[in-house]
Amino acid sequence: MKPPPFHYHDPRTVADAVSLLARLDNAKLLAGGQSLMPMLNMRFVLPDHVIDLNRVDGLSYIREREGALEIGAMTRQRELEFSDVVRTRCPLMHEAILQVGHRQTRNRGTIGGSLCHLDPAAELVSGAAALDATVTVAGPNGTREIAFADFPVAYMTPAIEPQEILTAVRLPIWPQGHGYAFIEFSRRHGDFAIVSAAALLEPDAGGKIARASVTLGGMGQGPVRGREVEQGLLGQAPGDDLFRELCESCRAIEAVDDIHASAGYRQHLAAVLARRALTKAASRLGAAGRPH
Amino acid sequence: MADKRTISVTVNGTHYDNKEVEVRLTLADFIRHHLGLTGTHLGCEHGVCGACTILLDGLSARSCLMLAVQADGHEILTVEGIAPSVDKLHPLQEAFRDNHGLQCGFCTPGMLTTLIEFLRDNPDPTEEEVRIAISGNLCRCTGYQGIVDAVLDAAKRLQAAPARV
Amino acid sequence: MSEKLDITLNINGRDYPIRVEARKTLVDAIRDECGQTGTHIGCEHGVCGACTIILDDEAVRSCLMFAVQAVGKRIRTIEGLADGDNLHPLQRAFMEHHGLQCGFCTPGFLMLATNVLEKRPDIDDEELIDVLASNLCRCTGYQNIIKAVRAAAQEMRGK
Repeated sequence: MKPPPFHYHDPRTVADAVSLLARLDNAKLLAGGQSLMPMLNMRFVLPDHVIDLNRVDGLSYIREREGALEIGAMTRQRELEFSDVVRTRCPLMHEAILQVGHRQTRNRGTIGGSLCHLDPAAELVSGAAALDATVTVAGPNGTREIAFADFPVAYMTPAIEPQEILTAVRLPIWPQGHGYAFIEFSRRHGDFAIVSAAALLEPDAGGKIARASVTLGGMGQGPVRGREVEQGLLGQAPGDDLFRELCESCRAIEAVDDIHASAGYRQHLAAVLARRALTKAASRLGAAGRPH
Repeated sequence: MADKRTISVTVNGTHYDNKEVEVRLTLADFIRHHLGLTGTHLGCEHGVCGACTILLDGLSARSCLMLAVQADGHEILTVEGIAPSVDKLHPLQEAFRDNHGLQCGFCTPGMLTTLIEFLRDNPDPTEEEVRIAISGNLCRCTGYQGIVDAVLDAAKRLQAAPARV
Repeated sequence: MSEKLDITLNINGRDYPIRVEARKTLVDAIRDECGQTGTHIGCEHGVCGACTIILDDEAVRSCLMFAVQAVGKRIRTIEGLADGDNLHPLQRAFMEHHGLQCGFCTPGFLMLATNVLEKRPDIDDEELIDVLASNLCRCTGYQNIIKAVRAAAQEMRGK
């Protein structure tokens, strides 16, 4: 249960990190370590080089700019948890982060690490999908942006080139008074979700739903937007019967069979949790920044 | 490929300078083998049991999931640094003893460091908050009830007589 | 040698007519022939106390008796401790004081404690612990069992 031998690098700038990644073969980036270190300890990965990002300047920040939260990739999950700006401007992520792991893992774990690790059941991954986030990656040819819908390409595989580093994520802000909810079902508090549901609702002046986002996590290789549900909600008044009826379509979302749950169970959870998330989100409409 | 680096860390107030370590050495192993502080335990070495929990610059972390080289220049608190002296226990430790919050004691160091942080940040917790706070630490012996009782008891003791760590 | 005998066991006030070989232990007869499986078998050689029942007014290890030896006697097992839906003070105390985890040893402890507190309600603490020491528990570390029995003893004395 000890890491294999590797060469260790701790660059101080993004440029140095990128050039190391370009130069070195078989290198892994070390962010918060809460996922990579277990793999190293159990020798599931055998990198020749570990590039530690923890001393790179300028990758840890939370800024509000042009209608979005810009968050540096190395921002600790703890920072997000205790950030007033996240809690008030992006309450969905705040609710999601409270369900990520435990105090000790959030003290070290980073948002960038979680997004790149891309566990299909990860709460931050679902949240990013729900918010239509954009991520910024830096590589030898400069920086580029990737829409989160395009970010997962395969099981635990993001659309990052081998020589690129995720540097930031941009979370569009929903207007004051929007409804939000992030709920999940897992055997124990802190476990990865078996299935999770994230809901966002924006009302129009008459109280009908002008915009909706419904995201199921844990179903397959990445978060799934419930497009049918979202479409069905537009122009409607929020209500339990509407939610119940529309969320039945979540049973048709493809799901995996694994040791945690059968596909059928996941599909059942999807319909139930999506409905509960919408109900909770609807109950929060109009209450800007109310603590929960 | 046994690359080495020298690191300096402060542990429980004592400064350790120029310690040579293999870069792949975990912080837990550094604390235990290089510093001889074996109170920090290894239960799983993959970040689920919490027996290896220490405070890094005052924040709890799983030391089996850190490399020793990452602690260079930082401050660490281990279980050995909790009691105010060799013959006086911290109120949290007394509460564990009085409330049967341990049997074999293996998980206890990790519980204590986690709870030092928790009670510092949450001096008047509810039972539910305590249960969530210890959810990152596993215990095979007690069934947790004694631990929860100990934390609530410790919170009261600390409110009556604050203790420094 | 293995011919069966017709006997009747009286358990918690009810008669159970059964047919058993002479070599059938009392605990096996209680569990298998009479279907009262609350009495547990931990070691079958008289050290763990999980099989403790009250026979007339003595706590005994039912794995160390033959069923035929219990004919004509009053057997009380864990199933008879509560009064309908009302738990016995000892049962409530065990719950309140976290005196059990897996629960395997618990029936034995409850019958042992019931017996000693019924016979000697004013037993002193040191002797009480000495009596309880005859039963083993792998889960709790005993502290909370002792706490529970002490608490129940207080309540039972108060009645």
